[in-house]
Amino acid sequence: MKIHIKNGRVIDPMNARDEVADIFVAAGKIVGNGHAPGDFHANRTIDATGLIVCPGFVDLSVRLREPGFEYRATLESEMLAAAAGGITSLACPPDTDPPLDEPGLVEMLKFRAKNLPGPRVYPIGAMTQKLEGKMLTEMAELTEAGCRAFTQADAPMTDNQVLLRAMEYAATFGFSLWLRPQDVSLSRGGVAHDGPVATRLGLPGIPALAETVALATILQLARETGARIHIARLSTRDGIAMVRAAKAQGLAVSCDVATPHVHLSENDLVSFDSHLHLVPPLRGLRDRDAIREALRDGSIDALCSDHTPVDEDAKQVPFGESEPGASGVELLLPLTLKWAREMGVPLLKAIDLITWKPAQILGVPGGNLSVGSCADLCVFDETIEWVVTQKTLASQGDNTPFLNHPMQGRVRYTLIDGHIDFEAPH
Amino acid sequence: MHASLPDVDPLIARMADAIAPTLTPETVIVGIHTGGVWVAERLHALLQCPLPLGMLDISFYRDDFSRIGLHPQVKPSNLPFELEGRDILLVDDVLHSGRTVRAAMNELFDYGRPASIRLAVLVDRGGHELPIRPDFTGLTLDVPAHQNVNLSRLDDGHLTLSLA
Amino acid sequence: MNLQLTEDGRLRHLLTLDGLPRAILTQILDTAESFMDVGEREVKKVPLLRGKSIFNLFFEPSTRTRTTFEIAAKRLSADVVNLNIATSSQTKGEAILDTVDNLAAMHADMFIVRHAQSGAAHFIARHVAPHISVVNAGDGRHAHPTQGLLDMFTIRRFKGEFHNLTVAIVGDVLHSRVARSQIHALTTLGVPEVRVIGPKTLLPTGVEQMGVKVFHDMEAGLAGCDVVIMLRLQNERMKGALLPSAQEYFKFFGLTPEKLALAKPDAIVMHPGPMNRGVEIASEVADGPQSVILPQVTYGIAVRMAVMAMLAGTGNA
Repeated sequence: MKIHIKNGRVIDPMNARDEVADIFVAAGKIVGNGHAPGDFHANRTIDATGLIVCPGFVDLSVRLREPGFEYRATLESEMLAAAAGGITSLACPPDTDPPLDEPGLVEMLKFRAKNLPGPRVYPIGAMTQKLEGKMLTEMAELTEAGCRAFTQADAPMTDNQVLLRAMEYAATFGFSLWLRPQDVSLSRGGVAHDGPVATRLGLPGIPALAETVALATILQLARETGARIHIARLSTRDGIAMVRAAKAQGLAVSCDVATPHVHLSENDLVSFDSHLHLVPPLRGLRDRDAIREALRDGSIDALCSDHTPVDEDAKQVPFGESEPGASGVELLLPLTLKWAREMGVPLLKAIDLITWKPAQILGVPGGNLSVGSCADLCVFDETIEWVVTQKTLASQGDNTPFLNHPMQGRVRYTLIDGHIDFEAPH
Repeated sequence: MHASLPDVDPLIARMADAIAPTLTPETVIVGIHTGGVWVAERLHALLQCPLPLGMLDISFYRDDFSRIGLHPQVKPSNLPFELEGRDILLVDDVLHSGRTVRAAMNELFDYGRPASIRLAVLVDRGGHELPIRPDFTGLTLDVPAHQNVNLSRLDDGHLTLSLA
Repeated sequence: MNLQLTEDGRLRHLLTLDGLPRAILTQILDTAESFMDVGEREVKKVPLLRGKSIFNLFFEPSTRTRTTFEIAAKRLSADVVNLNIATSSQTKGEAILDTVDNLAAMHADMFIVRHAQSGAAHFIARHVAPHISVVNAGDGRHAHPTQGLLDMFTIRRFKGEFHNLTVAIVGDVLHSRVARSQIHALTTLGVPEVRVIGPKTLLPTGVEQMGVKVFHDMEAGLAGCDVVIMLRLQNERMKGALLPSAQEYFKFFGLTPEKLALAKPDAIVMHPGPMNRGVEIASEVADGPQSVILPQVTYGIAVRMAVMAMLAGTGNA
């Protein structure tokens, strides 16, 4: 299908472009930038006047809940929600049931996803069998089956020797390990950031130490082994400083944060709303401000949604009993825009955090609008205002701390592989 | 406008004259807060009652609690005598619907079983909603429903009636 | 918007003392004062809550607190139903909200809730219909507002005013919902100096931000105090690596006559109970002339009557 996207403001961070131009798509690829290639007759013309055209978003953490957790969400529903959020490639964590620790499971997931409308799905494989943290998985076989990296997701990693071996093994092949820095014993029993708000509310706390102690171990082991490490979901000021320092020393480390942590803090917990029960927890204002600044100065490489649909039953219980996690694929864009607006960051830089940068971390094509690139695009209206409600969210997970919050910015079209996989109703 | 009502002291004096022959040394006088207590104090002095004065706050016995809630200033009820078998002279300032007196009687019965209760009011302003009638009255008036009769106590202790 | 108050500022739920205006706290104390006499009479009842149904929802068992609420409710002539959820449908996995809805359908007017999770009472209060009130009888580590109130009532009874007192709370503040409620009440009522005394392991992060001065040295902390509140130390604290032993704890943080002598000579000693004699408090002190621990218990009924009367009278029906 030949598509002509007309007159949009093209923002392409990889090519440092921010200008009004036309884009031409054919056979799943971008075939023209600015000028139509010869002999181009569009089957469909999208008038993008007043809209922004950018690479489709690459979300580094989206839980699709299949296999095993279909009562929470399904592949169909979440992939459609992701497309509605402008996402064209996503990485999904292996904490499904069963966990993605065998090539057969990975192949099945990829097969299922391929036949559904929605983004390209890149599974992140389990680093240890059953995610139990004891025995390594067949990382090479899993990579052949389609895994882009390996992780323990939120499952605890208690044995440093196993972690060391996993890094050495990954380094052998040049595989990437995505690690969440959370020390098991220091976070034991905690449900909120250990600070004055948790003290006031009587909620058991998870100190910042739980992140920095684990991070110190991870960085030290990475230094020794030369493994490529991506730190998933930073939440503390001190943690950011440690990663910044490690990068300065030349360590091959990247990191991301989840969108709620860019905007919310422990202060938002006052009403014990379990929609604010997240891992890592929402931390103090200084941590939040450090995150906002680090996104600007590049110490944090990418923003992701950490989309985690949870059924309402698991949230409609007292805070400490609730299941942590927030739904968020459809809010990735407006929350990124909100940060950019508030910090005075140009769109080119903001969109980089959800397109080109994560594409590089994930090691996948896309995330840019170069001619010849795959036609994964997002066309969005940055001015439109809407309110987050059950009705306006396509995901099966309504569990978001931003429920009833006003948002600015919404996707109009999402093209994946040259097909319009999402078109907003008018 | 504000009609002028008679002076209170002469009214109470006449009430005392009417009550005196009916009293025994065992009769107790109980005033209903707040205005009823002021009147009862005067009567207690005039009648030279040997037993201490009793006071009732009926806040906990009102029948309109669900509608208007708890009054913030609840004064303690104080009945420093045994109620069993007593003759009680219950005193209030203004008798209107009769609900205050009903509440007071309910409260008295929670303390014990009196032999008799007789009611003395400074003003009966009409508008009775219950079958309650005073035994001793200082002044009978026929006050329209939208108006109120109020007893006030000035700084010097002087009591006055007003119509509003 | 404060979940606990109606639009015109009257009490709709009692969930925590945090954020309640001073006028409301004072109103509760004054109302409790008037209920004290009811306990002295032969007929210890007033008809205020006649026809109202009060349900005790205790997800965490407690005989003492539950009994006090029951007595208070009955003295107001309310009908009381006790539910020890641990033994009923809850263990079959019925969701809290389903339990609450079922009871509301049985014409409940008020729920008294105790739960092991902080925020449970808030959670239930957000869910119930407008005419139902929720009283928090203790939720996790978060709040125990009626206990805090009866402790303030006790202080007011023995000390008169709040504005010139130094009050110390000693012990496991980290795990204590009572301590948190006390701190909120004391600061709201204008106590100029509120101290917390304990080892670092038992004082929560950032507790100073609640408006207290932190002491790790008990002798320094007790100097010049008018009120000393001792908190109970539970055995589990030893297991959680928070303390080595009850003996060492008693030596440095237990209240003995010698330590009490460092406070003002007319200082009063309080304890929310139940006491661990020889662990946080010496028997000599618990039974001594400065102890007001027994009266505290009787005030609990009057305070709870006041709370329930104020809630039921907020014209919700």
